[in-house]
Amino acid sequence: MPTLSRPLRYAALAGWFALLAVTPFIADNYTVRVAITVAMYSALALSWNFIGGFAGYPSFSTAAFFGLGCYVGALSQRHGVPLVLAWLLATLFVTAFAAALGTIILRLKGHYFAIGSIAIVEVVRLVISSWGSLTGGGDGLNVPLLSGGPDRVASTVLYVMLGIMLLAFIATLLVDRSRLGFGLRCINQNEDAADMVGIDTTRYKILGYALSALFCGTVGAVYASWVGYIDPTDSFSILLTVKVPVMVLLGGAGTVFGPIVGAGLFVLLEEFFWANFLEWNRAILGGIIVFLIFFLPSGILKLDYRRLFRRKSPADRVEAA
Amino acid sequence: MDLLQILVNGIVLGALYACIAVGFSLVWGVLNVINMLHGSFIILGGYLTFFAWFHLGVDPILALPAVALLLYALGYALQYLFINKVVTSPVLTTLTLTFGLDMILYNLMTVYFTATPRRVTLDMGSADILGVVMPMDRVLGMGLAFFLTGLLYLVMRGSTIGRAIVAVRMDRQAAALMGIRVNNIYAITFGIGALMAGAAGAVFAMVFPVTTNLTGTFLGKAFVICVIGGLGSVPGALVGGIALGVIESFAGFLIGPQHAITLGFVLMLVLLVVKPTGLIGVKGYE
Repeated sequence: MPTLSRPLRYAALAGWFALLAVTPFIADNYTVRVAITVAMYSALALSWNFIGGFAGYPSFSTAAFFGLGCYVGALSQRHGVPLVLAWLLATLFVTAFAAALGTIILRLKGHYFAIGSIAIVEVVRLVISSWGSLTGGGDGLNVPLLSGGPDRVASTVLYVMLGIMLLAFIATLLVDRSRLGFGLRCINQNEDAADMVGIDTTRYKILGYALSALFCGTVGAVYASWVGYIDPTDSFSILLTVKVPVMVLLGGAGTVFGPIVGAGLFVLLEEFFWANFLEWNRAILGGIIVFLIFFLPSGILKLDYRRLFRRKSPADRVEAA
Repeated sequence: MDLLQILVNGIVLGALYACIAVGFSLVWGVLNVINMLHGSFIILGGYLTFFAWFHLGVDPILALPAVALLLYALGYALQYLFINKVVTSPVLTTLTLTFGLDMILYNLMTVYFTATPRRVTLDMGSADILGVVMPMDRVLGMGLAFFLTGLLYLVMRGSTIGRAIVAVRMDRQAAALMGIRVNNIYAITFGIGALMAGAAGAVFAMVFPVTTNLTGTFLGKAFVICVIGGLGSVPGALVGGIALGVIESFAGFLIGPQHAITLGFVLMLVLLVVKPTGLIGVKGYE
């Protein structure tokens, strides 16, 4: 990975994507499940990257968006909305929710923003679990099953999740090259200065925050259709809300490929530890996080970016001259 | 149930809440670290007290100082070995690190102690004053919580260590130039935070059953109390704790206990936006 040039990175990504896509034809159901999980977390990690990576806001509200997506998707299906429309509805609702919330919570910075965004997850979870008449409360909700046998369902979900992952990646590429990405990076470096030189920081931050919610909503709704049953504890888990930023940190925050690398690696590691050390699974994941903070503080990719940059910069200067 | 009873219930609960939050507030205020381990520290303190009482027959009040010292040692070591290395990093890093450490501690506790709810039963009867009925163990718990919180206040105000902690908070570099070993003070501060959590857990185990499933709940309470009361002072945590206790008590009576918890979080979000310094927050730690 270290010295891959940009076209090679795209090729590697395409290969990875193709590998995930062919799992239903060449591997057992368990592997397909892992592939779905990889695609799902890649989409979530790419989403978080907009606000956490580009703009540097320590957002821990992923689980709120994901869980809301689960519930909106499930509830609208139970009320007769067709499948795909229900997924779109969940996406729209969650994006609007994030945009509205963003106007309030994005006034906070640093520690207060982090605490506030965690509190959002708690509040939404508590509201959902106490609104029993609509959401089934703590008993959870059954979601209409997808048509077809288990194999058929798994491959359908896989392709939908891969589609979302691809869309999230394309969105990342577009943002990376647009004014929005530039503005978010400026905010990351110095928000006051960015404001001073004419970047509409409030609008950019809200856009970034809404973008970070958009795909989470879709992923949540699709996840609900896949598993067929949702409950508040599972949908709004604090573990999810920390795991996703950790994946991005693992790959490299603020980079285009980092979230995919991080999510893939993390999910594979997690599956491996689940399978082999069930009892110690949580401690091992904790250990990975501690290791990551100390030995890969800026992620796998970013470390190499810097090294590449240092080696190339004299040559670039010669060319420019 | 009459209003006085609800109020007294709220204050008793609030005293325990203050004790839970004061260590969290200290660590946040001085180290600028959101300590995700805090909930597990509380449960660990509660469990250790229970085991000392159940297996060794140690009176929980005698066990409390020992448990608190053990937690201090654990906190000191964690800060000295791990958190100190990244203490100046952005919140994302420090929060994630403490969350990772918490996952390890939580896993250790569930494997070795299991998640069974445990409670020290003191059987002290209950008191009835002016129609307000209150079990004596809760009164004792409240007394201990106030005592511990007060003690921390005195230590922060009066002792050399306390003044050194405040000095480091105010200006890290100047404090270092005055001969204060900053890393040591950071470790001591985190140790005191863990100590207060452990002591709070010991007190809690005398009053309510504790289980590892409650770590998140306690952590959430600490968030809310710190934001309501204001970060960075013992009186802030005390005011925040009692405010939350009384609010939850009344809300539980009026709109149901489940909604009372939601109300606490909503109140916190509103305060975060309207007045992030809390009711009596100050900059630095006094």
